[in-house]
Amino acid sequence: MGASATIAAPGWRDTWKHVRYVATDNPVTLGAFALFGFFLLLALFGPWIAPYDPLMSDTTVALKPPSAAHWFGTDSLGRDILSRIIVAAQLDFGIAVSAVFASFFLGSALGCLAGFYGGWADRIIGRIADTIMAFPLFVLAMGIVAALGNSVANIILATAIINLPFYIRVSRAEVNVRRNAGYVEAARLAGNSDARILALHLFPNVLPPMMVQISLNMGWAILNAAGLSFIGLGVRPPQAEWGIMVAEGATYIISGEWWIALFPGATLMLVVFTFNLLGDGLRDILDPRTRT
Amino acid sequence: MLKMILRRLAGAIPNIVGVVIVTFLLTRALPGDPAAYFAGPSATTEAIEQIRAQLGLDKSLPHQFVLYLKELASGDLGNSLSTGQPVLAEIRTRLPASLELTLCGLVLACVTAIPLGVLAATRPGSWIDHLCRMLATAGVSLPTFFTGLLLAYVCYFLLGISPSPVGRLDVSFPAPATVTGLYLVDSLIARDMETFRAAAAQLILPAATLGLFVMAPLMRMTRASMLGVLSSDFIRTARASGLSGTKVLYTYAFRNALLPIVTTLGMVFSFLLGSNVLVEKVFAWPGIGSYVIEALVSSDYAPVQGFVLTMALVYVMLNLAIDVMYGVIDPRVGIEG
Amino acid sequence: MNAEAPLLSVKDYSLEFRTRSGTVHALEDVSIEVARGETVGIVGESGSGKSVLSFGILRILDAAADVRAGAISFAGMDMLAAKESALQQVRGREIAMIFQNPRTALNPIRKIGRQIEDVLRTHTSTLQADLKKKAIECLAQVRITDPERRYSAYPFELSGGQCQRVMIALALACNPSLLIADEPTTGLDVTTQAAIMELVSELARERSMATILITHDLALASEYCDRIVVMHAGHVVESAPTARLFERPRHPYTARLIASTPSPEVEIDSLASIPGNLPDLRRNDLPKCRFHARCDRAVAQCTVGPLPEATFEPGHRVRCFNPLAYTAP
Repeated sequence: MGASATIAAPGWRDTWKHVRYVATDNPVTLGAFALFGFFLLLALFGPWIAPYDPLMSDTTVALKPPSAAHWFGTDSLGRDILSRIIVAAQLDFGIAVSAVFASFFLGSALGCLAGFYGGWADRIIGRIADTIMAFPLFVLAMGIVAALGNSVANIILATAIINLPFYIRVSRAEVNVRRNAGYVEAARLAGNSDARILALHLFPNVLPPMMVQISLNMGWAILNAAGLSFIGLGVRPPQAEWGIMVAEGATYIISGEWWIALFPGATLMLVVFTFNLLGDGLRDILDPRTRT
Repeated sequence: MLKMILRRLAGAIPNIVGVVIVTFLLTRALPGDPAAYFAGPSATTEAIEQIRAQLGLDKSLPHQFVLYLKELASGDLGNSLSTGQPVLAEIRTRLPASLELTLCGLVLACVTAIPLGVLAATRPGSWIDHLCRMLATAGVSLPTFFTGLLLAYVCYFLLGISPSPVGRLDVSFPAPATVTGLYLVDSLIARDMETFRAAAAQLILPAATLGLFVMAPLMRMTRASMLGVLSSDFIRTARASGLSGTKVLYTYAFRNALLPIVTTLGMVFSFLLGSNVLVEKVFAWPGIGSYVIEALVSSDYAPVQGFVLTMALVYVMLNLAIDVMYGVIDPRVGIEG
Repeated sequence: MNAEAPLLSVKDYSLEFRTRSGTVHALEDVSIEVARGETVGIVGESGSGKSVLSFGILRILDAAADVRAGAISFAGMDMLAAKESALQQVRGREIAMIFQNPRTALNPIRKIGRQIEDVLRTHTSTLQADLKKKAIECLAQVRITDPERRYSAYPFELSGGQCQRVMIALALACNPSLLIADEPTTGLDVTTQAAIMELVSELARERSMATILITHDLALASEYCDRIVVMHAGHVVESAPTARLFERPRHPYTARLIASTPSPEVEIDSLASIPGNLPDLRRNDLPKCRFHARCDRAVAQCTVGPLPEATFEPGHRVRCFNPLAYTAP
């Protein structure tokens, strides 16, 4: 244990140096981190930041374009769009985070088992992943939410399921190449149980590629959730959610009231863009070889 | 060659079986009483019981599965609650519209993304390279339903250069005689250029919306794969042999670079078929996506199930085509498989 | 000096690579001459710039390379001033090249016969109908068994040795007057190595084709080459006829290299290793003599004054401040 700690230490110092190098070398990644922080604040403290009650309608100010009082304008019920966008961050982030972490935990557990034991476990788990991948993923998510019922919990479940194969594959591959490595053999001879070896010696190797996957998936999960609510699945009005807000604004955009759909849509785009930039940046930090 | 195709086909069977099982389970997982669900909200108790027997829901799960398979084999996907029409017939008439849109989106994405990716790879570090990298990251961040709206707003409302973004054909044009169901092809067969132009004008915005979304992964993969191939040993051999620049770039580099690009197409089709639903809603495109959304609104489950199954089968077939294409390009595949 | 102009002459050639971590001074003041029909060995450790030099001659360097000075002329043609189209005429037709790792040096998804045809089509006026016949002839010349059948083979279906034979067939398809063989036997097993080297030297003799053999293996070079050029860290340190070089090496590096080369007469225990490593070529304060830090004959000038070139006998040139001396025989 002591030996491995002293070996690991310089590795971390190198990583940190590399993080600094990437951050200073690539201001885009730095910007992405800043934006991520900003959106995180909105998600955590949205209800306190929002200038108006997101559900309060006031028909006297319905369909007003952006003004000093309502920066992003108002919708057909006179609700403040800025406030709705801010408050929706919590819901959208919540869905994405829960879904991605659910698939991360379940997927990496299944992938580790498949990679470690091989044989039947591998075949069954591989078949599950293949079957999920045999569907166009968004279509499968639609099917799941439609079948299980229209609720936020089911959106989370559906998003988690369609992301599962990516996590299974990454962790399976990482564990599989290492299961016969010298240090695993040594740990086994030292009397460690399989579970302990998996958790302490193999699983940590899975984390770096997973971080990249998580970050890229987060953006995709938000797109998915927004897409589902856009077609009327999951989140229901009057609750504020970016996808629904775009759907509500869709009918007005053709008649020229652009702000109702534009601001939530642009926010959604920016958030997903942030996550994707973050994923690219993380990939640079964690795996400098595959830089593209 | 034929042997390879057959082997691929055999390889797709487990996927098809998986798809059928999952769609079956999805119907049986309906919340509450499926019989009551299928019978509709105003049904009496007897009606519900009758439906239950009719659907075979009083039988065991494996038994139900066998019945389900029999129905599928006879092409019965059930009837829509709201229209009473058989789902299969409806999907069959609407599928060409969806396919036309999807394929045009794919073609648009390919003809822009692949040349751009190649260009970026041959000039690493240039402005075009940086532009491509930005576009690739921005592209996958686009919510298709939002870009569709934006395009419609700009091109129709602001600039007035595109027709009203509703449907496949302006109302003043009759639909061309159905041969393939694809309006572009059918109007060409009928030698009706007016209709062709009108159909293309309706198609361009939704297809561009889809294309923009899937351009990004394609471009990213083209660039990465070209970069990898261009620095490989055999390219150096080709250059040292005095082969012309175009020969080296296309016959040697590009064909090798195509392999990973073709593999990416699987993911691209998944994206395309998924976003197709969203884009159809935005542009009121009368494909199977709009059909399923109408069904979802009225809690009409049979069309949803038929839709999921159809999309999955289309996707399996597309993946099969990709596999075959890969085998045609790469001689090594036939041997190993 | 030979009165006849050499086939290839590289004069004071300097080359740098611009990389993220600084400028690599890959080659400096490199001069090499190759006469018609002559076999010249370029010997040096990996990283000494041998391969870069050969890519520089053919001008197939990647974009980060920057030629700082010098001239390269081949059969009277100024290679550095030539247009890309003129260079394409020379590559493959006049100067051909074979590489190490033949397996990766061939296009993996194109039939080997087609790859030879590509070269023939580019450089010769062979009729479309005769291309296949000609390609099969090329394969037969390098003694590939059953060339008709091999014509439609893909590289992955052949062994490493067979791939190298295909590479040779590809390189010699247009009867070049100069062949550059870059570590042609690296990555092959020992018996195949000998067969490949025999094949190359035999074909070269038959066609009186000049050959540059690039290798890190001095023993291999001594066996096949008329003359040997020794490179170290981007410098040519010594060049001499093979026998001469072994008899009276003048540069301390050459002497060390010979002492560290196994041969039947030398006991394995007495083999010397060369201390130290190549200097980091990214340094901007490289000493004038880049061997100086590893050299036991180093003197004060080694790091300053311009590197002198001494000619000891016709064709034996050394670049050293303190070359080895021998008493007259």
